[in-house]
Amino acid sequence: MILLVDLCFEVKSLSGYEFVDPIADALDRAGFPYRVTHYTEIRENEVGMCDGIILCGTALNDNAYAGHIESFDWIKICEKPILGICAGMQVIGAVFGGCIISQPAIGLQKIKIVNDSPLLGEPREIEGYHLHNFGVSLPDGFQILAGTPEQVDAFRHNVKPVYGIVFHPEVRNKWIIERFAALRY
Amino acid sequence: MITLISENPDSYMFHTPNIRATARQAEAMGLPLLSWPTRGEKETELNDLRAALAAARDRFGIEGVVTGAIESVYQAARTQRIARDLDLWCFNPLWQVNQVDYLRLILSKGFKVIISGVFAYPLDASWLGAELTEEMISKLAELQRRYQINPSGEGGELETFVLDGPNFQKRIEILEATQSYENYSGHFVIEEMRLVEK
Repeated sequence: MILLVDLCFEVKSLSGYEFVDPIADALDRAGFPYRVTHYTEIRENEVGMCDGIILCGTALNDNAYAGHIESFDWIKICEKPILGICAGMQVIGAVFGGCIISQPAIGLQKIKIVNDSPLLGEPREIEGYHLHNFGVSLPDGFQILAGTPEQVDAFRHNVKPVYGIVFHPEVRNKWIIERFAALRY
Repeated sequence: MITLISENPDSYMFHTPNIRATARQAEAMGLPLLSWPTRGEKETELNDLRAALAAARDRFGIEGVVTGAIESVYQAARTQRIARDLDLWCFNPLWQVNQVDYLRLILSKGFKVIISGVFAYPLDASWLGAELTEEMISKLAELQRRYQINPSGEGGELETFVLDGPNFQKRIEILEATQSYENYSGHFVIEEMRLVEK
């Protein structure tokens, strides 16, 4: 079971249809069971029961999660595969000591994959949908998978199966969601 | 409710068939309507959308905009940029939804929808003015498999007009309509309509 963590400003917000449901639908169509929990309501046993965790994105105006980074301290000790999407990537970066920085982008852009990984595969260029006002600096202990040190489009932890991507894979790149769900450690 | 009235029937950004009839839809739903003219020219028409949203913010105090974008990155990204520039929230609750599932959902919720235009092979004149039914949805799903058309018409393959729905206080009854069709391109034009108590 994949645990989808809703990062939107409130439980069952209008944004959930846009930032959580498309990921849930991609998992469902690929045959992966999932469960949705809001980040303010996550429980330890939910994390323990799942096979992987996806932290979903939020609307452009919604930065409430950034004021509650302490709600995500569990990520530091979690041993399960984690994928942070957009706001989710910012949260992972901030939890591990990175800084949330201004990095506005909207629309399809070229993504340069620079390092091989089980999630994004070998280095090449793909097209991804950006929708964010902020990004995150690369924390210590992480490596860049896509982008540059100035604009990190994707990263992974050097040891743990923890990934972040700033673009939205639910648009034009659902294969990334499916590949994450199939990761086994 | 915000309607952009495009001079160009082939606007990249805006719906055009029966666009003036949205005034009746707004009335049926009990919503104020803000109509805004545009020449409908690619990219510059976005300035008109920006002006319309700014006017809605100033006149009605709106804090955000809700769009019906499903797959169109072109339309969604442009609306997101304008909303960001105006400090408005932007919601796209249908984003990435399966289009056939979506058509079945609106049918199950009690919406009454007709086809108001067809613009792609193999859609013929029989579609014009026809009401959305389960049979029609099955046909659209088949056309998606065979020809990759968007069943919801988001790619401009077909256009629709809503006559009734759960959020309508009154329903729209068409009294007179005309239609034209040639080479897989046709319009169903509502000439006269009225609101009917439900």
